[in-house]
Amino acid sequence: MSKIAASEIAFIEHFDSFNSMMTSTQPNWLNQKRADAFTNYRTNGLPTGRRGNESWKYTDVRDISNTAFANSSEDLITSITEKDLLDSSHLNKNWSTLVFINGVYSSSLSTQNPNDGIQITNIKDALGSHGQIIERHLGKYIAPDDDPFVLLNTAFINDGAFIYIPKGIASQDPIHVIYFSTSETDPTISHPRTLIVTEEFSETTLIESYVGTPKAKYFTNNVTEIVIGEESRVDHYRLLLDNPDSFHIGTTVVHQEKASTFSSTSLQKGAALGRHNLTSTLAAPQSTCNLNGLYMTTGSQHIDNYINIEHIEPHTTSRLYYKGILDGSSRAIFGGTVTVQRGAMKTDAQQKDKNLLLSREAEVDSKPALFIYADDVICGHGATAGHMDDNSVFYMQSRGIDLLTARRMLIKAFASEIIEEVKIDSLREYLEDLFVSFEDELTLLQASSI
Amino acid sequence: MLEVHDLHASVGEIKILRGINFTVKKGETHAIMGPNGSGKSTFANVLAGRPEYTVTKGEVLLDGKNLLSMEPDVRAREGVFLAMQYPVELPGVRYNQFLKAALDAIREHKGEDQIDIRAFNQLLKEKGDLVEINPDLMRRNVNEGFSGGEKKRSEILQMALLEPHLALLDETDSGLDIDALKTVADGVNRLQDPEKSVILVTHYQRLLNYISPDFVHVLIDGKIAKSGDHKLALELENKGYDWLRETIPPVSETSGESAS
Amino acid sequence: MTNPNNPNVISRQSKIDDQEYKWGFTIDVDSDVAPKGLNEDIVRLISEKKSEPPWMLEWRLRAFRLWEKMRDEEPEWANVEYPSIDYQDIIYYASPLTKDNDRPKSLDEVDPEMLQAFEKLGIPLNEREALAGVAVDAVMDSSSVTTTFKEKLEELGIIFCSFSEAIQNHPELIKKYLGTVVPYSDNFFATLNSAVFSDGSFAYIPPGVRCPMELMTYFRINEADSGQFERTLIIADKGSYVSYLEGCTAPIRKKSQLHAAVVELVALDDAEIKYSTLQNWYPGDKDGQGGVYNFVTKRGKAQGINSKISWTQVETGSAITWKYPSVILQGDNSSGEFYSVALVNNHQQADTGTKMTHIGKNTRSTIIAKGISAGKAENTYRGLVKIMPSAEGAKNFTQCDSLLIGDQCGAHTVPYIEVKNPTAQIEHEATTSKVSDDQLFYCMQRGVSAEESNYMIINGFCRDIFKELPFEFAVEAGNLLRVSLEGTVG
Repeated sequence: MSKIAASEIAFIEHFDSFNSMMTSTQPNWLNQKRADAFTNYRTNGLPTGRRGNESWKYTDVRDISNTAFANSSEDLITSITEKDLLDSSHLNKNWSTLVFINGVYSSSLSTQNPNDGIQITNIKDALGSHGQIIERHLGKYIAPDDDPFVLLNTAFINDGAFIYIPKGIASQDPIHVIYFSTSETDPTISHPRTLIVTEEFSETTLIESYVGTPKAKYFTNNVTEIVIGEESRVDHYRLLLDNPDSFHIGTTVVHQEKASTFSSTSLQKGAALGRHNLTSTLAAPQSTCNLNGLYMTTGSQHIDNYINIEHIEPHTTSRLYYKGILDGSSRAIFGGTVTVQRGAMKTDAQQKDKNLLLSREAEVDSKPALFIYADDVICGHGATAGHMDDNSVFYMQSRGIDLLTARRMLIKAFASEIIEEVKIDSLREYLEDLFVSFEDELTLLQASSI
Repeated sequence: MLEVHDLHASVGEIKILRGINFTVKKGETHAIMGPNGSGKSTFANVLAGRPEYTVTKGEVLLDGKNLLSMEPDVRAREGVFLAMQYPVELPGVRYNQFLKAALDAIREHKGEDQIDIRAFNQLLKEKGDLVEINPDLMRRNVNEGFSGGEKKRSEILQMALLEPHLALLDETDSGLDIDALKTVADGVNRLQDPEKSVILVTHYQRLLNYISPDFVHVLIDGKIAKSGDHKLALELENKGYDWLRETIPPVSETSGESAS
Repeated sequence: MTNPNNPNVISRQSKIDDQEYKWGFTIDVDSDVAPKGLNEDIVRLISEKKSEPPWMLEWRLRAFRLWEKMRDEEPEWANVEYPSIDYQDIIYYASPLTKDNDRPKSLDEVDPEMLQAFEKLGIPLNEREALAGVAVDAVMDSSSVTTTFKEKLEELGIIFCSFSEAIQNHPELIKKYLGTVVPYSDNFFATLNSAVFSDGSFAYIPPGVRCPMELMTYFRINEADSGQFERTLIIADKGSYVSYLEGCTAPIRKKSQLHAAVVELVALDDAEIKYSTLQNWYPGDKDGQGGVYNFVTKRGKAQGINSKISWTQVETGSAITWKYPSVILQGDNSSGEFYSVALVNNHQQADTGTKMTHIGKNTRSTIIAKGISAGKAENTYRGLVKIMPSAEGAKNFTQCDSLLIGDQCGAHTVPYIEVKNPTAQIEHEATTSKVSDDQLFYCMQRGVSAEESNYMIINGFCRDIFKELPFEFAVEAGNLLRVSLEGTVG
């Protein structure tokens, strides 16, 4: 490759100016971390050569590497209003809500109702007040640490959400973080970073929404780190609702202490190219993670879920259930790997991936893998792919239900296993509405399809 | 034939049996009753040598031999049979092949030759008729796809085939309808002879309508709280178990009553 | 279960003994051996030794020249580790010497030492004593020794002979099919094989013929420092059926030996090929010293409509196994099956599975893979199910089960599912567990010893695969399993 990718040149130029700007404002340890990350990133660049690159086997990021993204401004774009948020996300004024526009914190659009010593703020401000906690945890649980997008995010750390739940505290309402992206002329890039630290015996519900201006061309490259203390619980909802022209690469890294529980629901409807890397490390006994997901793709979307569950200590449990509905010429990738380390006895791990293909041109690639180094375990996985069951459609028709309604009901039934698990009433209703709008787009549900 | 002295056993850190003294003579039938969690199933399983139970104290003699030092398969060859509450499935292991291997191991232990395959099939058929089991099951994998009743009948069939000296029946009556219960009881009754002993572990008195025990023991909190004859079972049916709880002396003071 | 003073415990400590590899003897026969190393001259020498026609030499040389360019492309993606192979330290041609320095024309000309040797392996080559209903092609190192029941098969028009003979006597068939399923450019090891393959078996079943006996090839590495590069080609013409068996052993050698074979199967309309393997190459000793590197490319093309190809393998040998018997489901309504037991113990490593490529309409594939890991061994199932856009109504069912014995081994399942047609139905399931304490206790409570109980349960775990094997092979597979499991339960 003699020609340097357009994105590459932009990244190098941006890093120099960004770095010189940050060096004076960020602490030394963070400056060092950013510099190291950029050096490491430069070693391999973006994953363009996919041969032999197992983690990017099915996802081609050339569209990203061929785009020269404009560096997001340090200044807040003030043209985005509450209406833009309402149009694109589930904005609930009663919840503590942190809003970032192209990665820059907007205090005017955010609502902070902290109580009981809970910190809900942005990293930039928290570096002053909670610098030690951030230093102790930021970037500490990312493994392997050579993912180019994670390295880029770290190199360009500027701002993002910081949430800290002290010992024994249960946060009452969900905490909502909205990352809103937009662009005017040139495509923009932002690297939001989220850090959640919960101490022992605490409970938190967190919602992350990734949204943007319709038609805007942008790339959101986020990293979220969640540290769950002993006997604590985090319910996590991640909504990928970026506009269908955007790029989204997200990484969520979860570190679980003893007897902690991580429940995650990942819903993906947006982005032209969307990828979510989710790693949950069950680092201490009795920890549990439940990962649910629903990906819904239309047009020429490409959605990739790359999930790793690491069972390090004995008596840990994981459940994974992802479902996909694919239409148009879209493509979805599911890569789920469960690793049981030597000595992690009594591990109980189950993963399932089910796919519903609704069009001739859609494609799904599923790769559920088990790597097991301990014998006293119960592990299993299952994957299915198929189209709508004609017998079921016929059965419903024979009971007087018209074809389109029958199809709609069956597609809804497929998704409801995931959506019904959402515990927050208003969010579940929002997602149900969202699902209806997704169904409205489906070719098979158009009157012309009969 | 069976002598149990001050038997203590636990699972992990949890103490379940706290000093059991108990004697069974040849030809006797004993019923062990007790509320859930009293340790009655544990007792049967410890005698058979189930590995998750740890014996922390005590002695068990079978015809004068130290039972606790034997591996489970040796205990079986010495004539201990446990009809299990939840018989495990063995995928891919054919029922008839499994039972032939078991019978041959026991015969070899007695110094007898392996059984001829035709004689075995004949024997299996006879015993199957005895417990009215569907002969198709014998060509299937062990316990795989068996209904609850079929599993219990199959346990009794195995007992009839292997002819143990000491049969332990762990809640064999649970989950059976009345017809199955009668068949199972019939199978047990036919097995009884002056050389063989039976220990029935049961929560309900119901089975004792069909099998009359010589002795009834009530196990509460890992100890025998009361022993008596079959009338005790009827008393339990009327009064439940709670009235017996008060009669147990504190654990630290005594090592438990001796039965029979 | 850790209290040593507690007698009420079944000890399940894995105690790995030097298990006896009873096929480990060397046969003392004179051999014609090429110098070590690989270059164009060696390729020419092999071709010349076999008096091959120029087109065959040309094909080999094309492969060799490509292989030289592929030197950096030795596959690294498999979940196996081994020291790098010095391809110049291998003998590429070794052939047992016969009187005329030529292949024996009848059994009388075969070195009696060799006949004895095969007898010792349980493969009598004398037709009077031969396994009933099995025709055998015996291959030692680089050469086919003899083929039994040839005349009987010829009456039906069935060709079953060594690959070398087929090149001489049936060049039109070889030219038509060689490399059509596994091209010489396919992968590093297949390309190497294409350049230096020495012998192997060839079978052709004419239209409408149901082969009345099992065809079997018995492979034996004998020479030290030699590699074995055989090539097998089986063609089932329209409406025919054949069941083919393959067995293999090697002597105990301190140094590892390379085995890089290629197998190509072609099934035309309504034809069926059933291919069974008992792979028992020397696995190395308990410390992982020596053993065969088994890097094999096996692929079948279900080319015709309603054709069927079925692979059954029981893999207990080799230090390292790298093989993925695959089926290209090209004909409409064609089907492919893969039944596998892979057992690894001590330091063995296996990365094996299958690839089912659905091209034709209503194609079916079934994959049942059972992996057993013991000792310090690593076992990986790697499989690809690919549904092409043309494969309307394709169906796949996959079940992968792994069993671990002891806490120092590994069991891995890496399936790839690629679906490009919405009418396909794909189902994949996998489980990993150990022989449960409850199962072991249940058997022991009925009087069966711990070792026998363990064997019984594991044999049951493999039943779905063993029942796919011809009867004699199923019995042999059970024995292999027993030997390989020795010492895994104390």
